[in-house]
Amino acid sequence: MAEKNDIILEVKDLHVSFKSYAGYVRAVRGVNFTLHKGETIAIVGESGSGKSVSVKTIMGILSKNAVIDSGEVLYDGMDLTKVDEKVFHTLRGKRIGLIFQDPLSALNPIMKIGKQITEVLILEQKMNKEDAKKKAIELMRAVGIPQPEVRFDQYPFQFSGGMRQRIVIAIALASDPEILICDEPTTALDVTVQSRILELINKIKEERNLSVIFITHDLGVVANMADRVYVMYAGKVVEFGESEEIFFEPAHPYTWALLSSMPDLETKDEKLMAIPGTPPNMVYPPKGDAFAARNQYAMQIDFEEEPPFFKISDTHYAATWLLHPDAPETPMPEQLSQRIKRMKEEG
Amino acid sequence: MANEERKKILEVEHLAMHFSTGRGKKKSVVKAINDVSFHVYESETFGLVGESGCGKTTTGRALIRLYNPTSGSVKFDGRELTGPMTNDLRKYITSNMGMIFQDPIDSLNPRFTIREIISEGLKIRGIKDEKELDDRVYEMLDKVGLTKEHATRYPHEFSGGQRQRIGIARTIITRPRLVIADEPVSALDVSIQAQVINLLNELKEEMGLTIIFIAHDLSVVKYFSDRIGVMYYGKLVEVADSEELYKHPIHPYTRALLSAVPQPNPLTERKRVRLVYEPEKAHDYSKEQPQMTEVFPGHFVYASPSEVEAYRKEFADRL
Repeated sequence: MAEKNDIILEVKDLHVSFKSYAGYVRAVRGVNFTLHKGETIAIVGESGSGKSVSVKTIMGILSKNAVIDSGEVLYDGMDLTKVDEKVFHTLRGKRIGLIFQDPLSALNPIMKIGKQITEVLILEQKMNKEDAKKKAIELMRAVGIPQPEVRFDQYPFQFSGGMRQRIVIAIALASDPEILICDEPTTALDVTVQSRILELINKIKEERNLSVIFITHDLGVVANMADRVYVMYAGKVVEFGESEEIFFEPAHPYTWALLSSMPDLETKDEKLMAIPGTPPNMVYPPKGDAFAARNQYAMQIDFEEEPPFFKISDTHYAATWLLHPDAPETPMPEQLSQRIKRMKEEG
Repeated sequence: MANEERKKILEVEHLAMHFSTGRGKKKSVVKAINDVSFHVYESETFGLVGESGCGKTTTGRALIRLYNPTSGSVKFDGRELTGPMTNDLRKYITSNMGMIFQDPIDSLNPRFTIREIISEGLKIRGIKDEKELDDRVYEMLDKVGLTKEHATRYPHEFSGGQRQRIGIARTIITRPRLVIADEPVSALDVSIQAQVINLLNELKEEMGLTIIFIAHDLSVVKYFSDRIGVMYYGKLVEVADSEELYKHPIHPYTRALLSAVPQPNPLTERKRVRLVYEPEKAHDYSKEQPQMTEVFPGHFVYASPSEVEAYRKEFADRL
């Protein structure tokens, strides 16, 4: 676990909105997180919860209709919400690497794989062609591509999905970033390929002491990767803590629902605890706790006032009124506590 | 389980589906599915899992004659479904089998109201009485958790989960005996998936449906299915009861697949050992040809005779 004082990136009270025909969409409504040197944090949430928008803000690649309403992204003494494009050129891809969900659209279809990797090296690190080629082949080997000398001269369409994702990782690593942001890097891949890519990211992280921000909606993947977990809902972080705390002592009803709504391999004949309804329309964010309308444990106050973060342990916080001293004691659903018990026994 | 007494509603034997492209020298044949045999019992859920490109969707589509199978036989309730498509056969297939598609947006006509979408199947079957159509549509909407008011709206006004409900209503209104659900939840958000799975489960109980459930998410398939078939590169490699398959996977590919499923448990996840399946190393088929063999009662594996022997020995003490 990382030390308290080696924070490498900090996001403070970030608000991001999009101008659209439907109105002002409040995609991110006050997100805070910290990333320490050498750790992996996972940001979990459904589509539309604002997880991708948060990291796009860090990279400065929001679309034109996006507005950063307020907040700070602190990195290396700079506030990335205020710096201009020139500064981003020295950061993006060089000190902060990004891996996208869809490896095909991240690669140029009419440029040879080798050139896509050496491009970065020649432009940024001023290498000559031969050195760049050597380095590229080395990188390709590091990410597990067989016969890199042959593959160097091939085009993206000649690669399978998993191999393409490896290339994207190789490109991201080419300029030795400190931070690697992975935006659902394995969602488009099969499980067997996914497990190899996750292993690869873990291995590279160890070797290079990278800090990783991992975005996903798959809790199985989170359990594999993350040191700490942030759960997002409707543009806000609702709970965060160390991986074990989130999986074994979840406190927010949304985390409960996420953990129990999907079957695992041990789930039998019981009915799934589906979350009723759909996520709120973020043009008109609801008053109070955004999850209240779908929350079977919601109290009157949930509809009126937004819950602050309540401290559970030094590393574990959750924003739910259920943790208020005056709230009735609400245990997590029976089905979930059973499952957690079983998981602890297995482990 | 007393499988012998249960009625086999669907029997698939040596089904093959090849797609060819190009002509002459450029002609190439893709064997999307090759020699697939299985059967489905009445009122059970049969899960088909596999990675993308393994032919599970092709299998589903060939069963319901969206494709013309290259060879092999598909029998539904004793009647052969392959061969020339006659009006009579088409009627037989469409009135007995239904399909739920993966993409709830593309599979609904954007210019039809929900009423038109859901009632279309009935109209084709010759029901013209508007009042009856309305009643049946409202009944279906209610069944899938939507309301009467939704009937006059268009697909774009609904969320993904609701659209999938409409797709389900459209399929079951004609009371098919077999429903082929091709990845019905994979396009949906996690919080919505459970809703749709619960709905399918309720409908299955209520209507006694037989379901072929095609998906790549093994946890979901395991939860939802009574028996599971695992596919790999156009072949069915293992079929067994879902519990049995997860507890005693026999085929090396099934083992590799199961070892790769991420579980929401940080304790087990960190020390998990992943198996890698390499067909060339795992099997030696130069001397013997593999075929679907019942290694244990109700547990079929695609293997050569000597492999079957080895599997039986290996698992003899475990069972």
